[in-house]
Amino acid sequence: MTRWIKIIAAFFTSLTGLACFLILLILGVIVGDILVHGWPHLSWEFVSTAPSADLAHGGIFPAIFGTVALVLIMTILVVPLGVAAAVYLHEYARQDSKLVHLVRLALQNLAGVPAIVFGLFGLGLFVRFCGGSIDDLLFGGKLTIGQPCILWAASTLAVLTLPTVVVATEEALRAVPRNYREAAYAMGATRWQVVRYVVLPQSVSGILTGGILAISRGTGDVAPILFTGAAYYLAHLPTKLNDQFMTLGYHTYVLTTQSPDVEATKPVLYSTALVLLVLTFALNFAAVLIRSKIRRKLRQT
Amino acid sequence: MPTDSQLLGHRPRYVEKSIELFIRSSGFIVIGSLVLIFVFVAKEALPLLTSSTVHEEVTIPSMLLPRTDNTESLPPDPTLGQKMDAWFPWQPVSTKPKYSLLPLVIGTLKVTFVALLIAIPIAIAAAIFTSEFAPQGVREFIKPAVEILAGIPSVVVGFFALMVLATFLQDTFGLLMRLNAITAGVALSLAVIPIVYTVAEDALSAVPQTFRDGSHALGANRWQTAWRVAMPAAMPGVFAACVLGAGRAIGETMIVLMSSGNAATCSFDPTESFRTFSATIAAELGDAPHGSPHYHVLFFIGAFLFIITFVLNMIGHWYVARVRDRLAGKAKRKMTDPTPEAVPELEG
Repeated sequence: MTRWIKIIAAFFTSLTGLACFLILLILGVIVGDILVHGWPHLSWEFVSTAPSADLAHGGIFPAIFGTVALVLIMTILVVPLGVAAAVYLHEYARQDSKLVHLVRLALQNLAGVPAIVFGLFGLGLFVRFCGGSIDDLLFGGKLTIGQPCILWAASTLAVLTLPTVVVATEEALRAVPRNYREAAYAMGATRWQVVRYVVLPQSVSGILTGGILAISRGTGDVAPILFTGAAYYLAHLPTKLNDQFMTLGYHTYVLTTQSPDVEATKPVLYSTALVLLVLTFALNFAAVLIRSKIRRKLRQT
Repeated sequence: MPTDSQLLGHRPRYVEKSIELFIRSSGFIVIGSLVLIFVFVAKEALPLLTSSTVHEEVTIPSMLLPRTDNTESLPPDPTLGQKMDAWFPWQPVSTKPKYSLLPLVIGTLKVTFVALLIAIPIAIAAAIFTSEFAPQGVREFIKPAVEILAGIPSVVVGFFALMVLATFLQDTFGLLMRLNAITAGVALSLAVIPIVYTVAEDALSAVPQTFRDGSHALGANRWQTAWRVAMPAAMPGVFAACVLGAGRAIGETMIVLMSSGNAATCSFDPTESFRTFSATIAAELGDAPHGSPHYHVLFFIGAFLFIITFVLNMIGHWYVARVRDRLAGKAKRKMTDPTPEAVPELEG
């Protein structure tokens, strides 16, 4: 009887271990497959030249440039707002107030809204409403910024990544010891001075984590930018805020699904996916490292 | 270090005031974003209810009820599947556009079901292993690995499903169609596993160690403790993990867009191609002229997706909060309640 209990326990325990192993295996297979097939075609020329018009040859420089430009604008928009919201939630608001509860609820739900709905929202609010209104007011109705472009795509991604930044920043704020604040208040600092000179400098790494995670998400996401500015193929790089752009994610999608000859584009496709994967992994890995440092600090306090 | 002049606020007061105003209003911006998402998606869906020009082509009943005007294409002795496809067609770009939602409902349910069937057991088993059995070193390896898995862009997962997984599954199981609900479901489960795992693992880790110690003291082994003590205590959280995973699966776009085959049929067969709500929007909005009935129908689907995922999220987070309160409450009572019998004993 006791033997059976032991055998059953060992069986199920190993089953749970197997599940973990399976997850690691899937991760390994995906990364391995893309690495093996994408590596041979990868070269300096590949990442520094433009693709041919049929996309089967040439490099991916415009897609890399577009991705960097896109996430840069997105970061400029989302980090100040995200940090402000986290500071509000953790330093300014009373923790039991209805508003704080509502803001947290909104953040949780914002994180759960499907990416494609963000795309629709970006098209409706930013492109049509904001862009259209600006065109009517400033440019006499001439189509200038009321079209899908990099500014609106970055704005859409900024709303999408807002919860990421807030959650990461708040975790860092929580790691700042309480007596630091109390010491500052005791010396007569105002709330803003405490935040500016004590709390924020202590939470830089958390803000960095949030920013990196947001960039990682923005680098790879395609659904939100489908209708807000991503372009299939562009002969020139985006230089103005109302230009369209190419990104690595969208380029991967286009190469995978729209190519007339899949076998011919396969090397380019795999190498594009590899570059995208390496970028997001490097970003995520950096975020994981910084965050584990914060968590260690949090445990100590 | 800030200098004295900085701390004494030599900078103009209004800079500080306006930054504080920004901080105080940021909460409203967050709430406003969520509200605006719904408002602007619903606004473009509204003409479906109100505009008479749109009603000439499509109305809400025509999207839900079977159509009888589409039977001429049927073969003489149709099967039930063929009849279903004729009654409920999704043909938005034909000369007489037809917008039956049933094929999209079936497609979405089909792939969500397959994805959850794969993801939930794996993710929960892995969560149990991580929180109950794994040594500290292994745990610190698995959790970042799952985060890395979550960080793979869905377009790369879709690409992998299309290029590698589809061929592998077709050869292994001898499937008729290359792109089907099994392929897409397996790929989709890769996006669902991280969220189910994370939420379930959080819930299990929140179970106080005293629960486990008590169980061990009564002679239970580690598996019995994990399954009979930790799991029931964390149950609301595990349930929340499943609900949040379902929300993710329903809303995920790029993976199903690339690996579903995008055929709008009414078949429940998981080995056949299908089409989901999210993939339909992604595939068709670019070609739907602004203001056309097709455009409004796609926004209507978007609003519908928003509401479904919103409800699932609310349910999920309600259960997450419940498991947190429950476990915290129990743990707190144990610590703060002085045992009445113990006090006189100490005095005596």
